[in-house]
Amino acid sequence: MADPLLEIEALTKRFGGVIASDSISLCVPKGELHAIIGPNGAGKTTLIGQLAGEIAPDAGRIRFEGRDVTALSVDRRSQLGLARSFQITSLFLDFTALDNVALAVQAHAGHSFRFWRNARREAELRTPARAALARVGLAAREDVIVSNLSHGEHRQLEIAMALATTPRMLLLDEPMAGMGPDESARMVKTLRELKRGLTILLIEHDMEAVFALADRITVLVYGRIIASGPPEAIRANAEVRQAYLGEQEDRHG
Amino acid sequence: MTAALTPRNVVIAVLMLLLAAVPVYAAVTANTFLVTLFTRVLILGMAATSLNLILGYGGMVSFGHAVYLGIGGYAVGILAQEGASSGFLQWPVAILVSALFALLVGALSLRTRGVYFIMITLAFAQLVYYFGVGLDRYGADDGLTIRQRSQFAGLLNLSDRAQFYYLCLVLLVVSIYLIGRLVNSRFGMVIQGARSNDRRMRAIGFPTFRYRLTAFVIAGAICGLAGALLANHTGFISPATMHWTRSGDLIVMVVLGGMGSAFGPLIGAVALLSLEEALPVLIRVVASPLFGDAALRMAEYWQIVLGPLFLLVVLFARGGIDGLLAGARRG
Repeated sequence: MADPLLEIEALTKRFGGVIASDSISLCVPKGELHAIIGPNGAGKTTLIGQLAGEIAPDAGRIRFEGRDVTALSVDRRSQLGLARSFQITSLFLDFTALDNVALAVQAHAGHSFRFWRNARREAELRTPARAALARVGLAAREDVIVSNLSHGEHRQLEIAMALATTPRMLLLDEPMAGMGPDESARMVKTLRELKRGLTILLIEHDMEAVFALADRITVLVYGRIIASGPPEAIRANAEVRQAYLGEQEDRHG
Repeated sequence: MTAALTPRNVVIAVLMLLLAAVPVYAAVTANTFLVTLFTRVLILGMAATSLNLILGYGGMVSFGHAVYLGIGGYAVGILAQEGASSGFLQWPVAILVSALFALLVGALSLRTRGVYFIMITLAFAQLVYYFGVGLDRYGADDGLTIRQRSQFAGLLNLSDRAQFYYLCLVLLVVSIYLIGRLVNSRFGMVIQGARSNDRRMRAIGFPTFRYRLTAFVIAGAICGLAGALLANHTGFISPATMHWTRSGDLIVMVVLGGMGSAFGPLIGAVALLSLEEALPVLIRVVASPLFGDAALRMAEYWQIVLGPLFLLVVLFARGGIDGLLAGARRG
């Protein structure tokens, strides 16, 4: 496989008696959009948490650009270029949209022990922040206090903030959660554009979006990988259909 | 900050002019009480301003901030007692020891959140309080009388009420200005971001702990200087200065005046200390035609009126008095 950006090796995490990650091994090459799907409770968010550094695995290794990052803190991993978005929107609600993104830019523009100049007037922070907002289609909303933005706009802003850290890889945790069809369609469009320049690990429940976007799909059930491959192969996989897709199709009648 | 002619800016400008005019008015009317009262307002306003940096902007509810008033005060008192009365020595020591103590408290307490943070800062402050009570050499429980004010080689005479008042006013304005610069700088954005959503701050790559700790130390250092001023003002320092109820007073000033507002803590200090003086008088005047001599005793319970007033501000004006002036801009 060409140039792996992210390598996960036998990653294991237990919460009491529950195995959330059961010896997960995965390799995401540079430039790929890799989707992880699976029913609720399959351990998808736990996996992202371990990749981002919020949850310490019990066993296994995580390598990013060939470097072992298993023991690095959240902020160190972010500095290396691993950016995540949150499933449950996690923003600075009392700041404007532009301030949110500018903070993300600032995090990667050297140390912040700068006490004098007004940060809101630094072009070095504001210009890249505006560019990131424009990429997700929020340019016109930069001065709105974030708590006044819609749910869909929050999701877009999540992505803009991840982008503003000039990442080498995006970890997106259900970017379309709770979105209406219009908002979802816009997000798919945004992700398709991002895909051109970035490696993305995507967790998503919206199957239509996943099959439209992913280069490869990994199916997680009870913390274990039951299948991994290109979308057509996953669609055709009997075990997957039974464990996950079939169940959904039944539900929708 | 653009100086638009909003009602709020006018009120602040008038307040500052009135504060600047206090010694003049007092000289004309020969009323020294007013200077004494307002020197105290300025000093505690400065302490509240420093608390606002971590409480209002940083979201760190320190319940032991008065400890730095005590440390700064004892630095002046102890050095004076030992014969070192130069302010050029006393004041830097007051600031430095306060900063070091804040570094210690912050390093331990900032790893916790919410109630635990409040309790740890309170515990450290009480620790120093009881340490002061046990300081037999320096007056213990009864406190220490400071016979000589800090000496500044003849440049300043702190025994002169007006000079001392204006020194306090200048230091207060400088503190407000510096903290105003600070909170709008990159550093300030980080501590405000950490107040808003610390988890997200770390996810986008900020090691927030070191920034919050720095803010905590700066706040402690400024409050230590206020402590040195307070000791010079009263000519006396005792453990009571850093009792936890004093820390509570500082929190009340910040919340009453407006958390996260540059002039809020000063407004809060003016409001709280003025009410402390005015409410007993007011109660006496209102109650004496009705209850006669009993009104005197009723006036002792002025806090019964202060409490509900404070409650009203907290419930209906979340930005404090400054928030009301700004027209609930924050809401």
